[in-house]
Amino acid sequence: MQPQKQNSKPKEQKMLAEKASIFYGSFRAVADVTLPVYERQITAIIGPSGCGKSTLLRAFNRMNDLVQGARVDGKVLLDGEDIYGAEVDAVAVRRRVGMVFQRPNPFPKSIYDNVAYGVRLGNSRISKPELDSIVEQSLRGAALWDEVKDKLKSSGTALSGGQQQRLCIARAIAVQPDVLLMDEPCSALDPIATIKIEELMQTLKERYTIMIVTHNMQQASRASDYTVMMMMRADRAGEMIEFDETKRIFTNPRDKRTEDYVSGRFG
Amino acid sequence: MKNNIASRNRTAKIGQSVMFGSTLFALVALVALLLNVVNRSFGNVIVRREMEASAFSPTPLDQLSRDDLAALVKRIADSDDYEGLTRGAYRRMDLEKPFAERSKDDIIGIINERLIKEEVVTSFTMWQTVFDQAGMNAELAKLNKSLKVGSPEGRIEFRSWINSRFFTQTMGSVAENSGIRVAILGSLAVIALTMLLALPIGIGAAIYLEEYAVKSRLNDLIQTNITNLAGVPSIIYGMLGLFVFVRALESFTSGAMFGITDSNGRTVLSAGLTMSLLVLPIIIINAQEAIRAVPNSLRQASYGIGATKWETIRDHIMPAALPGIMTGTILAMSRAMGETAPMVVIGASTFIVSDPTGPFSKFTTLPIQIYTWTAQPDEQFRNIAAAAILVLLVTLLSLNMIAILLRNRFSK
Ligand SMILES: Nc1ncnc2c1ncn2[C@@H]1O[C@H](COP(=O)(O)OP(=O)(O)OP(=O)(O)O)[C@@H](O)[C@H]1O
Ligand SMILES: [Mg+2]
Repeated sequence: MQPQKQNSKPKEQKMLAEKASIFYGSFRAVADVTLPVYERQITAIIGPSGCGKSTLLRAFNRMNDLVQGARVDGKVLLDGEDIYGAEVDAVAVRRRVGMVFQRPNPFPKSIYDNVAYGVRLGNSRISKPELDSIVEQSLRGAALWDEVKDKLKSSGTALSGGQQQRLCIARAIAVQPDVLLMDEPCSALDPIATIKIEELMQTLKERYTIMIVTHNMQQASRASDYTVMMMMRADRAGEMIEFDETKRIFTNPRDKRTEDYVSGRFG
Repeated sequence: MKNNIASRNRTAKIGQSVMFGSTLFALVALVALLLNVVNRSFGNVIVRREMEASAFSPTPLDQLSRDDLAALVKRIADSDDYEGLTRGAYRRMDLEKPFAERSKDDIIGIINERLIKEEVVTSFTMWQTVFDQAGMNAELAKLNKSLKVGSPEGRIEFRSWINSRFFTQTMGSVAENSGIRVAILGSLAVIALTMLLALPIGIGAAIYLEEYAVKSRLNDLIQTNITNLAGVPSIIYGMLGLFVFVRALESFTSGAMFGITDSNGRTVLSAGLTMSLLVLPIIIINAQEAIRAVPNSLRQASYGIGATKWETIRDHIMPAALPGIMTGTILAMSRAMGETAPMVVIGASTFIVSDPTGPFSKFTTLPIQIYTWTAQPDEQFRNIAAAAILVLLVTLLSLNMIAILLRNRFSK
């Protein structure tokens, strides 16, 4: 299921899931997914609830490792290297593949410390001016700088939901990852905050490879370049039924189930 | 549509009044307890003195300076007029500790003890003090009639059994001169040692169980056991402490191993070890609850930017769980403070006048002190026992209050 490349030049693969199956104990939540993630593109994952979208997304930065009994079969490559390889450290993977969650979850610390925390972990001797500039760049990168530059010392949890989510994005990009994973980042936000995040994603895309899970069809069609359609099989394992350029998924999908789903005719 | 509204409402009313009744009962019981203790801690007494201070000093003693008092004692001793304080006695005391170095309280104490010889003959409760003037006067009259002609008469005075001397005096054979100093220091020493041992171990165990332990039969067993240990009667811990710390490990707990020879295993150290076993389950369980209450989103946020497990625990989980852990710690402290049975079993001293000086000292604690005093025949010991109970109760209630405040403050 390679996307048709009739009108776009070939893209670099940043990540690649190869026959990846994800298990929670003996339960297979995601079955045999083979999915390329193109560099500096936005890949959206859509599909009905419970089909394994979040599970698949978390497999790309080993967040599933935190669930006891979770296990991945197959390979997930980052720049050609299997992130589940024996000598690879999950912490190192997560520094290169950042994550933004469904509910904004800033640390109960100051805005500044929220952004600086991850940077300090990687480099505890960093000088204050250097750190200041990283914090500023990250907040600018997350389109939050102008709103918070006068109150960097106040608590991150005191911001509005949309601002909190952008703070979480700033926190993620402060450690300079290659890839950003976002699991329904706008589902707790109002439409205006949602639009802001979507616009932000378009600028972030110039530097980062982005994967996003969304239930919002307009969002997927507006904001993404590629779309993955997932479905649950009879044995409740999620499978990828279609992967293509977003334009094609929303105008001329190959699978009837995709067509039903994106046009809202599905369950 | 009939829903028996009337009868259902009636049931609800009955339920409500039963619960109100229970609350009221609990409240009344608590107030009765407090009143009973207060009743004996304050009240009139009949005191009798061999002589009044005015016999040798025109100004009241406590208005004199330290140096004036020292000079006064010297003058009295030199005058040869007083049997209680002869030249010989003065010299002996001066040798023991020169008067130039003695404190004001110390010197007043000597004057009281040797010359004034104040004695509480009868003590009355707060209730009698307020409502039974006639009865007290009758007692006084009876006393004065029995005295030799010419000796000073008894008189009625108000006394708070909780006073500054009560906190600074050691135990004595006379109730008025006894205080809780040694017991309070003993309690503090035991609690300090208990916390020093139990806190790091308890918090460490809680972190392990919540953040590291995988679900397995062994870990389930450990968890169940910890929960059960919290319910083991404290006297069992006392037995354990007696057999293990006091006896089996005597060379360690008595300090013999470190060259201390005059002690047996019944030391602050044994008590601290025993108490830390006793409070360990409380600390673990409370810390576990606090750690479990830290939202998972915080862990994910931390792991998500590539923090290690240890960094996540240190920087996010512990700070968020701290108020809960402190609540548990305070509860454990108040438990350790009030425990009596294990202390009796491992053999806290019932009569001891020297302050605890370290882990290998003999000791007593406040509850033991109270227990000892209530068993004394002399009535005034009942009064200082009540006073000590009041001190213990106020301490425990304030500790619990702090715990509740912490809990409310941080669990919005
Ligand atoms: N921690 C877990 N332990 C066990 N099973 C899990 C766990 N997380 C998810 N699952 C199961 O895996 C399957 C996929 O869940 P997942 O959360 O990935 O779905 P999703 O597509 O993200 O759903 P939604 O759109 O509602 O977020 C579900 O059947 C779910 O019950
Ligand atoms: Mg999900």
